[in-house]
Amino acid sequence: MKNTLYGVLGSLLSVTAFADSGAQKDQYQLNLSKGVTDISGQVYDLHMLMFYICVAIALVVFGVMFYAMYFHRKSRGAKPAHFHESVKVEIAWTVVPFIILIFMAVPAAKTLIAMEDSSKADVTVLVTGSQWKWHYKYMDRDLSYYSLLATQPEQIQNKFAKGENYLLEVDRPLVIPTGKKVRFLITSDDVIHSWWVPDFAVKKDANPGFINEAWTRVDQPGIYRGQCAELCGKDHGFMPVVVIAKDPAEYEAWVSEQEAIQRKAKEEEQKLLAMNMSMEELMSVGERVYNTSCAACHMPNGEGLPGVFPALKGSDMALNDMPAHIDIVVNGKSGTAMQAFGKQLSLKELAAVITYERNAWGNNTGDTVQAKDVNAVMNGQ
Amino acid sequence: MSTATEHAHDDHHHHMPTGIKRWIFTTNHKDIGTLYLWFAFIMFLVGGAMAMVIRAELFQPGLQIVEPNFFNQMTTVHGLIMVFGAVMPAFTGLANWLVPMMIGAPDMALPRMNNWSFWILPFAFIILLASLFMEGGGPAFGWTFYAPLSTTYSGDSTALFVFSVHIMGISSIMGAINVIVTIWNMRAPGMTWMKMPLFVWTWLITAFLLIAVMPVLAGAVTMVLTDKFFGTSFFDAAGGGDPVMFQHIFWFFGHPEVYIMILPAFGIISQIVPTFSRKKLFGYASMVYATTSIALLSFIVWAHHMFTTGMPVAAELFFMIATMLISVPTGVKVFNWVATMWRGSLTFEVPMLFALAFIVLFTIGGLSGLMLAITPVDFQYHDTYFVVAHFHYVLVSGAVFSIMAAVYYWLPKWTGKMFDVTLAKWHFWCSLISVNVLFFPMHFIGLAGMPRRIPDYALQFADFNKWISIGGFAFGLSQLIFLAVVIKACRKQGEPVSDQVWEGAEGLEWEIPSPAPYHTFETPPVVK
Amino acid sequence: MSASERPQHGRLVVKLVAIVVGMFGFGFALVPLYDVFCDITGINGKTENTAAVYDGVTVDTSRTVTVEFITRTNSGMPWEFTVETRRVDVHPGEMAQVNFFARNPASRDIVGQAVPSVSPGQAALFLNKTECFCFNHQPLAAGAEAVMPMKFYVDPQLPEDIRFFTVQYTLYDVTASVADVAMNQG
Repeated sequence: MKNTLYGVLGSLLSVTAFADSGAQKDQYQLNLSKGVTDISGQVYDLHMLMFYICVAIALVVFGVMFYAMYFHRKSRGAKPAHFHESVKVEIAWTVVPFIILIFMAVPAAKTLIAMEDSSKADVTVLVTGSQWKWHYKYMDRDLSYYSLLATQPEQIQNKFAKGENYLLEVDRPLVIPTGKKVRFLITSDDVIHSWWVPDFAVKKDANPGFINEAWTRVDQPGIYRGQCAELCGKDHGFMPVVVIAKDPAEYEAWVSEQEAIQRKAKEEEQKLLAMNMSMEELMSVGERVYNTSCAACHMPNGEGLPGVFPALKGSDMALNDMPAHIDIVVNGKSGTAMQAFGKQLSLKELAAVITYERNAWGNNTGDTVQAKDVNAVMNGQ
Repeated sequence: MSTATEHAHDDHHHHMPTGIKRWIFTTNHKDIGTLYLWFAFIMFLVGGAMAMVIRAELFQPGLQIVEPNFFNQMTTVHGLIMVFGAVMPAFTGLANWLVPMMIGAPDMALPRMNNWSFWILPFAFIILLASLFMEGGGPAFGWTFYAPLSTTYSGDSTALFVFSVHIMGISSIMGAINVIVTIWNMRAPGMTWMKMPLFVWTWLITAFLLIAVMPVLAGAVTMVLTDKFFGTSFFDAAGGGDPVMFQHIFWFFGHPEVYIMILPAFGIISQIVPTFSRKKLFGYASMVYATTSIALLSFIVWAHHMFTTGMPVAAELFFMIATMLISVPTGVKVFNWVATMWRGSLTFEVPMLFALAFIVLFTIGGLSGLMLAITPVDFQYHDTYFVVAHFHYVLVSGAVFSIMAAVYYWLPKWTGKMFDVTLAKWHFWCSLISVNVLFFPMHFIGLAGMPRRIPDYALQFADFNKWISIGGFAFGLSQLIFLAVVIKACRKQGEPVSDQVWEGAEGLEWEIPSPAPYHTFETPPVVK
Repeated sequence: MSASERPQHGRLVVKLVAIVVGMFGFGFALVPLYDVFCDITGINGKTENTAAVYDGVTVDTSRTVTVEFITRTNSGMPWEFTVETRRVDVHPGEMAQVNFFARNPASRDIVGQAVPSVSPGQAALFLNKTECFCFNHQPLAAGAEAVMPMKFYVDPQLPEDIRFFTVQYTLYDVTASVADVAMNQG
């Protein structure tokens, strides 16, 4: 109750009282956050400058208007005056706004030019949006990965209590070093997305086939959260951005460790080629992979969304045509929302998920797909 | 302005069909105006019902009522219906009723085309609404239908969407041509350009905007159609196209479209404020010039909707400054209205209440628009609820409030009876309070970082969203009061009104009898 | 209004309809105009899709520009696509060659189309390619490989503040649309 009262008061008294309380992510954040970079600070100052100018203009205009509404009422005996133009006044209120505009435009232009600094960066990350996840590739290192929403579906469906970072948490955040210029090259695999971290004041559209760039230099270590900002289809609301800024030494250690893990995983994969996994193992791994990577479109029950995303349950491909099935999962299908999962999942996961799709929801083909089958399709054998 | 009053009488020498046939075959500007206004009202309620679905889903975090795919269809169709089904037809309806009466013409210049331009409209919206029931649902890519979401990645209902937008466009274009020809050729003797009421002026300029940009929209949807179904690649990088080009073409239409929805509102307010201030409009000539310059500037600011798409600094600066410039003529208008009220003799009848609310709330929306023009901060505001707050302030408490003000202002002239003032005041106060509870907190959640067009949100936005939804439901219900007032008025309940209706009202439409006879000004009046 | 004044409406209506038709055409004219606009302002980092001629260009040895290359394949495109060097340093005006490699690991023949994009966009105006695989479709038989050279120079007019820019190539599978065209022509 107290909170709601505060909320009402907050909305009524918003103007300045709470303007500076926006730093923490509280329930009643009313203002832009100052952010953690020099640029985001400049943007915040510019925002406040604009805000105060607008409030001042509004107070003057509404003040005059309310004065007239009170003192020039007919019920108070006001008699109408006869003036209906005044060249002087009209020129004045055309020229004065011009001057105010120049006053606004100059600092805005300065900040804008500072934002578009294309000098060399210390770290470059290629950010690729796709429906509905982000992919990060460190251009100077041997490291790349997908970053997916980590909130459990049960929380979204109101079956579990919602966690603190509901919808703003991912399985693998982007990690960047503090105090260094980090450059983001932003592009997309399918529709237009927009990569946004409010604390960096960075928002850039990810256009398919084109690259955009943005940069940041974060001073404080921390976890910074944002979201996709451009409508990109069904799960647009479910593709958050999480960036962790670490100090350079920790960052270096983290990258090296991740590189080693990814190298090792690739080696392990080669060993897998000689092995056969059991149906049980394939199905259990497959179900997990299906729910994170496929269920968003094809739905947990395999029935898809009629007219939008095809059903897998009872589909001809899943029941009969195994090579085509492997091919579409590995390579995707051009001109549709079906992505190429060959780049996103390991051989084992691919094998498992295809097996799962061929045996779940009454698709009881009894087929098992092994890593080597997937590898064969990938390499055209 | 004074006129010779020997105008035509309420004559019944024309054969007039009754019942449904009267409405289907009518070529009378008043009948067609009424049809447009009722159609707009129904669409307002339909689009409003969709907004209620959106607000119900957003009442609390988590997915409760609708699936994300359906949510996207609701935001898309809500936008399309409100823009093309509610606001634009309502203004066209007002133009039909009022332009001939204000300029002393017997009817619109092209009455048969007038009938057509109305009657194709219901089909456009039946097609659009029917698409919601297709397998896979209706359009779900936002009313801005950015490619490639609306091309490669959309459902088959896109074809219906395109067809429906084409029909809406043709309807608007025919309506606009009619308005221009009427104003150009059919003004009464003595009704010179600079004597025309401002509503007529603003509509003339709006009509030119319509014929300039609706064809561009038609081109854009045609390209979407051929990209999706006929293998062209205007917007597909693989075939040498560019998805960002779609946004340039769309907003080349889209920004003037914004002014199409607000210029007639300026006209309405410029009619109402002088009446209830009992004082001539301040700065008539500068109002005309301001409207013209807003219309011209609207063609060179489109890219301010797309700062985040990646643009060279020079282009960003150009579009920022051009956008900021628009605030100058817009400011002139607001200042003129305030100066009109200054040292007037003010009374606060219902139309004036809506007009005053318009001035304050539209100005708030205009000022947040000025903030949005500033490119570096726009990177933070873009595609958040701050933008949603901004355009709802200018379109709901701006355009829609002006339409309500207009209806209350001219309704007694149309029906000959005063509407139920108590009920109308209830409507005003309920709408005023709820519209602010609905849209004001959107500024806060937008600044705090909530993106647009999402069916579910992080927990820190929960409390404001609850308030917004409550405001939304209240605003929706308030409009039922409006419906009651209008129905009562149409049933001719209430006190009879004089020809002038309002004490300070001036202009040709106030010199004909109330209710306005079926045929007016068959002999043109002489304006001195 | 008497009937004799009708034709007056007709003339005005014809003019207005002409505006409408003209603006519909203008909507489509925006497509080529947009390209012109891009060429002037460098929006979106589009590069020329025809070969430039290297003739009488003076080399500006006073500065070096780093050009970074990124290779990507779009969804549904199974090719491996790499570049021999991630970055090259060149003097403006100097010719350089970079080799790209493509391999089609799939069991079907595929026609690829590379789409270039440059960031920052203004740099695209100064990137002159005398030879590029992106000018044409690239067919590769199943299992085949190809070395695809790209020869370019950076225009010495490049603004001083750009010392570094990125060129991205995205490979698309255009087999289906090429087949359509071939069928229509044949």
